[in-house]
Amino acid sequence: MRQMSEALQHDIVIVGGGGAGLRAAIAVAQLDPNLSLAVVSKVYPMRSHTVAAEGGAAAVIKDNDSFEAHCYDTISGSDWLADQDAVELFVDEAPRELIQMEHWGCPWNREPDGRVSVRPFGGMTIERTWFASDKTGFHMLHTLFQTLLQYDAVKRYDEWFATKLLIEDGRCQGVVAIEMRTGQIRCIKAKAVILSTGGAGRIFPFTTNGAIKTGDGTALAYKAGVPLKDMEFVQYHPTGLPGTGILITEAARGEGGVLLNKHGERYLKDYDLGEPLEVDDPKHPQKRTMELGPRDRLCQAFMKEHEKGNTIESPFGDVVHLDIRHIGEKKINKLLPFVRELAKNYAGIDPVHEPIPVRPVVHYMMGGIHTDIDTATPMPGLYAVGECACISINGANRLGSNSLTKLLVFGKRAGVAAAKYVRSCGKFDDSSLESQTASEQARIAAIFNRTSGNERIAAVRGDMHHAMESGAGIYRHDATLATTCEKLAMVRKRLGNIQLDDRSNCFNTELTTMLELENMVDIAEAVAHSARQRTESRGSHQRTDFPERDDQKFLKHSMAYRTEDGTPRVEYLDVVITKWPPAKRVYGEKPIESGA
Amino acid sequence: MPQETITLEVFRYRPEEDKQSTFQNYDVPYHEHWVVLDAINWIKDNVDGTLSYRWSCRMGVCGSCGMMINGEPKLTCAVFLKDYFPKVIRVEPLVNFPVERDLVIDMDGFMEKLKSVKPWIIRDDTDQMDQEYLQTPSQLAAYKDFSMCINCMLCYSACPVLDGDPEFIGPAALALAHRYNLDSRDKGNEQRQDIMGAEEGVWGCAFVGECTEVCPKNVNPAGAIQQAKIASTKAWYRSVLLPWGKR
Amino acid sequence: MRNPLVRPYPKDWFLRTRAYRLFMLRELTSVCIAGYLVYLIWWLYKFNQVGAEGYEELLSFVRHPVSIGMHTIALIAAVWHSITWFNLTPSVMPMRIGEDKVPDVVISIATGFGPWLVLTGFILWATLG
Repeated sequence: MRQMSEALQHDIVIVGGGGAGLRAAIAVAQLDPNLSLAVVSKVYPMRSHTVAAEGGAAAVIKDNDSFEAHCYDTISGSDWLADQDAVELFVDEAPRELIQMEHWGCPWNREPDGRVSVRPFGGMTIERTWFASDKTGFHMLHTLFQTLLQYDAVKRYDEWFATKLLIEDGRCQGVVAIEMRTGQIRCIKAKAVILSTGGAGRIFPFTTNGAIKTGDGTALAYKAGVPLKDMEFVQYHPTGLPGTGILITEAARGEGGVLLNKHGERYLKDYDLGEPLEVDDPKHPQKRTMELGPRDRLCQAFMKEHEKGNTIESPFGDVVHLDIRHIGEKKINKLLPFVRELAKNYAGIDPVHEPIPVRPVVHYMMGGIHTDIDTATPMPGLYAVGECACISINGANRLGSNSLTKLLVFGKRAGVAAAKYVRSCGKFDDSSLESQTASEQARIAAIFNRTSGNERIAAVRGDMHHAMESGAGIYRHDATLATTCEKLAMVRKRLGNIQLDDRSNCFNTELTTMLELENMVDIAEAVAHSARQRTESRGSHQRTDFPERDDQKFLKHSMAYRTEDGTPRVEYLDVVITKWPPAKRVYGEKPIESGA
Repeated sequence: MPQETITLEVFRYRPEEDKQSTFQNYDVPYHEHWVVLDAINWIKDNVDGTLSYRWSCRMGVCGSCGMMINGEPKLTCAVFLKDYFPKVIRVEPLVNFPVERDLVIDMDGFMEKLKSVKPWIIRDDTDQMDQEYLQTPSQLAAYKDFSMCINCMLCYSACPVLDGDPEFIGPAALALAHRYNLDSRDKGNEQRQDIMGAEEGVWGCAFVGECTEVCPKNVNPAGAIQQAKIASTKAWYRSVLLPWGKR
Repeated sequence: MRNPLVRPYPKDWFLRTRAYRLFMLRELTSVCIAGYLVYLIWWLYKFNQVGAEGYEELLSFVRHPVSIGMHTIALIAAVWHSITWFNLTPSVMPMRIGEDKVPDVVISIATGFGPWLVLTGFILWATLG
C-alpha cells in the first residue's frame, strides 16, 4: 500500500454522507461557519442508501393528529422497547424538521390548497406520513445534498473508505480512511466524529439494502469498545420482490393495496389484525388494521401462512400477492409510480393489471451504536446517528416512515451536539494518532499483500449469509441460533484465509469489499449472540422456544460489547418509560387510550 | 442440460500498468432474470476480483452503475442479459469522462458543474419554521419531472457537445437548475442567469436530444434546456429593452 | 496512484445510433433549404432582369427535370425538417392544465401541424383555386 502522507485535520468529521450525515453537516455549517467540517463517505453522497427509501416520513402536521398519537403508535409499535424520552423528543421535533425539508425544496405531494399531503402507514392511528410520491428518500437525499452544496466551508471526501476510529486519551479524535482512487491510507484528525454510515442489511442474503449497507460505522465503533444496542432486532419488510429483494413500499398498502394468499384470501384476518373491509368501502384501508398492521406482525403472518401451505410457489421462494389493481391506473401513476416501474422491470408484471408477488425481506436494523438522546456515544467525541445508531426510538420494531424523520431530527441534534462539544472540549493529547494510523496501514497492507490462503470473499460471505438466514431470521430458536453462532465463528476464522486477486492501489474495490466483510462478520455475531441471549419474543425478535414477551426480565436493551476474540459480551440496560407503561399490543380494533 | 453462457467483453484499464485500455472476455452463466450488473458481480465474485466498477442499490435509483452497453449508455442494473443473448455484450465505462480504472469514471468535473448552477432554494426572507410554504399540485407538477434526476451521468455520455466543449455544463446540471427556476418557492432565477445564459450554459446545447432519449428516469433534460433558452432570451430582452424595469 | 485515461469520443458518433442519425439528417435538411433559398433569390433576381417577356424562358428552366428533382429534394427536406421540428415542440413548450400534462400530440398539432396545414391549404387555394 501507499506511503502515508501528512495528517488531515478538521474540527468535526462526519463519516457517512446519507440523510443523517448530510443533515448533521448542514446543522454544523449553519451553526458555526468557522468550524472546519468534513464529510467522509465511501460513495458520492447522492448514492447513499437513503436514496432507496420510498414511502414517506412521519410527523404530526394535521389537525386531526396529535403528539400523543404519534408517541403511542411509535411506542406500541416498538413493543415498548423504545426509550420514551427519546420518542417524545423525536415526535416533538419531527414537524419542524419536515417543514425545514420543505423549505429546502423537497417536492412533497400537496393538497389542492397547497398544504402538504399525508398518507397512512402501518401501525398508525392517524395518517401522518409526508411523501414525495413513492421516492421520498430519493428526494430527501438529493434535497439535502444540493442544499449542502451552498456551504463552501464543508470539505467532502467522496469515495474515502473509513477503516478505523482513532482513540487517544479516552476520546475519539478522528478516523483512518482509504482514499479509494489513490489507495492512500490517511489520518484524518478531528475533535469530534459523527458516524452516520447506515445499517447492515447486507449481513443477510435477501435484503432491500444496497451493496453499500455493510455496517461499517457500526463495526468501527464496536471495535473501539462502544456497545451495540438491541442488535437482535432486525426488521423484515413484508413486501419485497422475490429474487432481488427490491422494496415495494408500504405506501402501496397505505393507498389501499391488499395481501392475498394462494386462495385469493386476505389471510391477515386470521392473525389478530382485525377484520377486513371491502376494498371499495370508503373506510378502507383502516388504520392499525389488516394490511396496515405493523411490519413484524405481517411478516410473522406470512411465515405462518407459509407453514399452512397457503403461499404461492415461485422460482425464488414462496410469495403472496400484493394487489393494488383496484387503486386504478391514474392514482397508481400519481402516488405509486415507482412501485409500477419496479414491478414492471423486476417482476415482469404491470400492477395496474396483475397482483405483485412479494415476500418478507430484511430491511432495517433497529439496533446499532448505543447513544443517548443527543446522539452521544459513551466514548467522548464520538456521535452516531441514522440507521447505524440506536437511540432508541425503534425498540423491537420500527414503525414505517419513522426512519426518514429520524435521520433529520437526530441528524440535526448530532451536528449541534458535536459543535457544542468541539467548542468546549479544550486541548487533549493526540500524540499517538499518526502511529495508530501507521499500524492501521500495516494491518491493511497485511490483508492486501497476503499470498497464502485459498478462500474467496464471495464464498466466505455466502456462508455468513447462510448462517444468518438459516438461524437468525423471522423465527428463531436456541438451537438454530447456537448453530448460527458456531458457523459465524468459523466464518471469522476463514477471514484470515482470504487472498485478494487485486494488487492495485487505484480504486481497489476488492480490498474495500474485504474490509466490509470483516465489518459484517462483527455485526452478524453481535446480532446472533444478542438474539440467543434474549429468551423472550418481542416485536421483530420471535423465539419459538420463548413465544411470550417477558417484561420482568427483558424490558431492557441488550448491550453487546466486543471481546478480544470478536464475540460479544451482552449486558442489559433499562428502558426509559415516561407516560406509556407496558401494555399489550393491540391491532385491528380501537387502540387502548394512551397513558397520557 | 449444460449451463448456457453468455460472453461479456469488458473494458479493462489498470492505471498503474496500462498505457492503453484493453478488452477482456468473460463467459458468464446465462440466466433469463439476470441484469448485466448481475453478470459483472458474478465475474467479480467468482472469476476475477480485479475488475473494478461502482454499484449499490440495484434498483435504478442510486445512479452508480451507468456504463456503455454495446455503445449505448445504460444503467447496468436495469438492462437484462436476455435482451442481448446469445450475442456478446460489450461493457465499457461511460464516454465523455476520464477513466479512473476499468469501468470507474472520474466524476469531479460533474460535481463542480452541479455546484455551479446553485441547485438549492434561494430566497430573500428568512425561514419561518411554523408552516410549510404553500405550493399547489399544479405548481409542483411544473417542476416535478426535472427533480427526478439521479445523477447517473448517462446523459453526459450521450451528449456529443461535451466532446468538443468539455466546459459545457451539460444536461443533468442544467435541467436541475431549470427545476429550481421553475419551483414556486424559489427566487433564484436571476442568480442562476449568469451561468445558465453563458456560452457553456444553455447556449452550448445543439439540441441533439439524445440526453432525453437515454435518461432512465424520463427527466427530459433536452426539453429543460430549450425551455431555459426561451427563459434566458426573455430575460435578455427585458434587460435590454426595459433596463429600468424589473427583470 | 492515479493516472486517468482520457478516451477520444468516437469520431463517427453521428452514425452510431438511430437517434444521432436522425439528428444529423435534420441538420442536413437545413443545407437543402439554404440551397433552395439561394436558388429562389437568384430566380427573383433573374426575373427582375428579364421582366414579363422573359418569363416563359425562366419557366422552361424551372420545368427542366433537373430543376424538378432539386425542388422535390428541397420539398422533402423542408417537410422532414418541419415534421421533426413540430414533434420537438412539446419538449420545448410543455403545457399543463392544472396538474395534467397536455398530451404531446395535442401540442404538436396546435402549435405546428395545425397552422401548417391551414396555411398550406390557404396557399393552395390562393394559387390553384
